[in-house]
Amino acid sequence: MLSYTLKRLAFAVPTLLVVITISFFLMRAAPGGPFDGERQLPPEIEANLKAAYHLDEPLPMQYLRYMGNLAQGDFGPSFKYKDFSVTELIMQGFPVSLEIGGLAIGLALLIGLPLGVIAALKRNSTIDYLVMSLALGGIAVPNFVIAPIMALVFGVLLGWLPAGGWNGGALPNLVLPVIALSIQQIAYIARMMRASMIETMGSHFIRTARAKGLSEVQVVLRHALRPSLLPVVSYLGPAIAAIVTGSVVIEQIFGIPGIGRYFVQGALNRDYTLVMGTVVFYGALIVLMNLLVDLLYSALDPQIRYND
Amino acid sequence: MAVHWRTLLTALPLLLSLGTAQAATLHVDNEGEPGSLDPQKSANHWDSRIQKAMFDRLVDTAADGRLIPGLASRWDVSDDGTVYTFHLRDARWSDDTPITAEDAVFSLRRLLMPATANHNANLYYAIHNARAVNRGERAPEALGVKALDAHTLEITLDHPSGYFLQAMAMGEAAPLPRHVLSTTKRWIVPGNTVVSGAFTLGEWHPQSQLTLEKNPAFYAADTVALDRVVMYPLEDTNDAIRRFRNDQIDLSFAQVPSSRIDWVRAQRPDALRTAPWAGEYFYMFNVRDGALADARVRKALNLVVRREIITDKVLGTGMRPSHRFVPEAMSGADGVTMPGLDAPYAERVEKARALMREAGYGPDTPLTLTLRYNTDDDHKKVAVAVAAMWKPLGVTVELYNSEGAVHYAAIKQGQFDIARYGMVATVNDPIDLVGSYAAGGSAAAASGYQNARLDALIEKSAHTANAADRRRVLGQAEQTLLDDYAVLPIFEYVSNHLVSPRVQGFEDNVMDEHPLRFLSLAPPSTPSHSGE
Repeated sequence: MLSYTLKRLAFAVPTLLVVITISFFLMRAAPGGPFDGERQLPPEIEANLKAAYHLDEPLPMQYLRYMGNLAQGDFGPSFKYKDFSVTELIMQGFPVSLEIGGLAIGLALLIGLPLGVIAALKRNSTIDYLVMSLALGGIAVPNFVIAPIMALVFGVLLGWLPAGGWNGGALPNLVLPVIALSIQQIAYIARMMRASMIETMGSHFIRTARAKGLSEVQVVLRHALRPSLLPVVSYLGPAIAAIVTGSVVIEQIFGIPGIGRYFVQGALNRDYTLVMGTVVFYGALIVLMNLLVDLLYSALDPQIRYND
Repeated sequence: MAVHWRTLLTALPLLLSLGTAQAATLHVDNEGEPGSLDPQKSANHWDSRIQKAMFDRLVDTAADGRLIPGLASRWDVSDDGTVYTFHLRDARWSDDTPITAEDAVFSLRRLLMPATANHNANLYYAIHNARAVNRGERAPEALGVKALDAHTLEITLDHPSGYFLQAMAMGEAAPLPRHVLSTTKRWIVPGNTVVSGAFTLGEWHPQSQLTLEKNPAFYAADTVALDRVVMYPLEDTNDAIRRFRNDQIDLSFAQVPSSRIDWVRAQRPDALRTAPWAGEYFYMFNVRDGALADARVRKALNLVVRREIITDKVLGTGMRPSHRFVPEAMSGADGVTMPGLDAPYAERVEKARALMREAGYGPDTPLTLTLRYNTDDDHKKVAVAVAAMWKPLGVTVELYNSEGAVHYAAIKQGQFDIARYGMVATVNDPIDLVGSYAAGGSAAAASGYQNARLDALIEKSAHTANAADRRRVLGQAEQTLLDDYAVLPIFEYVSNHLVSPRVQGFEDNVMDEHPLRFLSLAPPSTPSHSGE
């Protein structure tokens, strides 16, 4: 297991290199630069700005410089947020995104899994239809619709919770964004769990378990649950990586200082170093999460074993 | 003695809580996260609000936007308008070090050094050798700036500059704490920052909030009413409106968008502050070749656009229809206007049709033009309306939208027929807008427009020391641009802010400058405005 893990991590390095190289050149290929704005700058001032960020050098040279710095763990200075390095920006924002995203995933599992199991066991009943309709609604209605409505109803009209703001992560400020972020995940997980559970319940080993005389509860908890979790687990790998790196929609609507906004803002501002920093971070996280998922597989399903 | 100390310690939390209960804290939506708190490194509106609160300039700005003495208690200007002598008052940095003319010299040299890469350095090019220093051709020491003694600063200009004092009131010209910058690389983070202004940097949680605390060492600290200002970088204006309704913020520096203006007018008329602003929304013509090289076509396109329909019916945000290039509320010359726009509309359409025929366009030879705008709901609405107004001329318009960086890059490279442009003046001076169309200006380079008369007038203005004469000359330059129909002015911007009636000292002005040191907060009289 250990050597498998090490082998996977070693393979991650070339993968990330490819991701970084493609992103670097794609970003530079986009028309418009970091200093193209409503206020057009006089040529000498633009030249000074370009020189300050080495943008006056040939592109391959800039690439080598970037890779050299990256090798030393330096993501470079942000073009837009000049008082901070990209590393600092990510390190300040990531804990916030992680907290909101982690809580949302936790909540989604806590609600989505039981709902999916119940819907599967009571297949084609009223409960099933009700759960699945709600889930469909949860998937169909996007974040940017639900979140402002929640902020308006609970924040402004009822006044139970703050309408926005982070406030150092105080509990009342967490409630609305976490729920808004988790609704879609609850829906996905419930639907996935239901489908997988229905399939498992129809398999031979469940019939055998029933034939042994186990009660239905024992059949579900001891035999059906674990294999049914496999699709959910493989979904969770990339999903967690995506959610804990922040949601630009939720962050902007509730004014939360996470890193999700950096993906979009960085790209729109042509803040090259910030975009590269978030891409590398996100890429590394995805590689890591996929590895964890594969390791978790073998724990859930004895048939899956990795050769050392 | 010990008993006394213990009594004091027990009472301390109570005293502190009383203190905070009475402290006047203003909560502000500051539009966006600061790019930098270093006044010379970044030039957003929201950055400079914080920078100016922390760093006073030799020339300060009053609540109504007027220039007033700041760290300089007075200044003299030579008769030819080229030598400025500033007399600094006895003021101290927040670490109790005296503020000297050397600090101002240090700061101005740093401002023009190429490595600082300041965005607005060109506003200081009138200073002797400034351009050469900024280009890296001369050493910073060659700059025409000199400390005559600890309290006297002399600045020599190559030619008079109509907006020099305004430039000196901008954040980038603030004296900087030389003694801190020379020893501390990261001098602008909480804990390291030494300031001269009304407020000092408290806590800073990027993308969440930034706190300014009253600076007791500020020379006019006894006139500053606020103890603390909390600035939130809200990017979503709807978020700002919700928090305003919830009394979480007292003041929003963001513009109320057209989609929400009706709601605000109906629900919170007491809080909406609308005022003329020094910005022009116009369409830039690429006059290099094709139909738009023909002034008759440009005139026809100008004649049929009904600006008041766009401002009143399409947008409804209070913008003012524009028939000129420099907004009326700015310090431009009076009586400048685009010829032909005051005729009755039917006549204008007839005239426009005739012009198009003359230029060789008609039902059999239709004209197709591309209109570019940067992605935004309001820009789209305006573009669609203008395209509809051009239709009777037989002009077909292809709309093309792209995100800001792509849009402005395309303009810079001259890749457009007609492009939406918004120009907001950095200083209240017509040259900031009109000058862009003179040789070497950004608009001239982008649009291909050239007019020797305009260039000569702009050049003449640079050597005219008398303010009234200079204004007249710049008015003639603006009129030249309009007589050529080189642009299609649409409307003059207004600022639309949400300001709680509790906030006092917020005075409308054309530069939309609202120094925090003059704001105060009345005690709450009504419990809440958030109900429907």
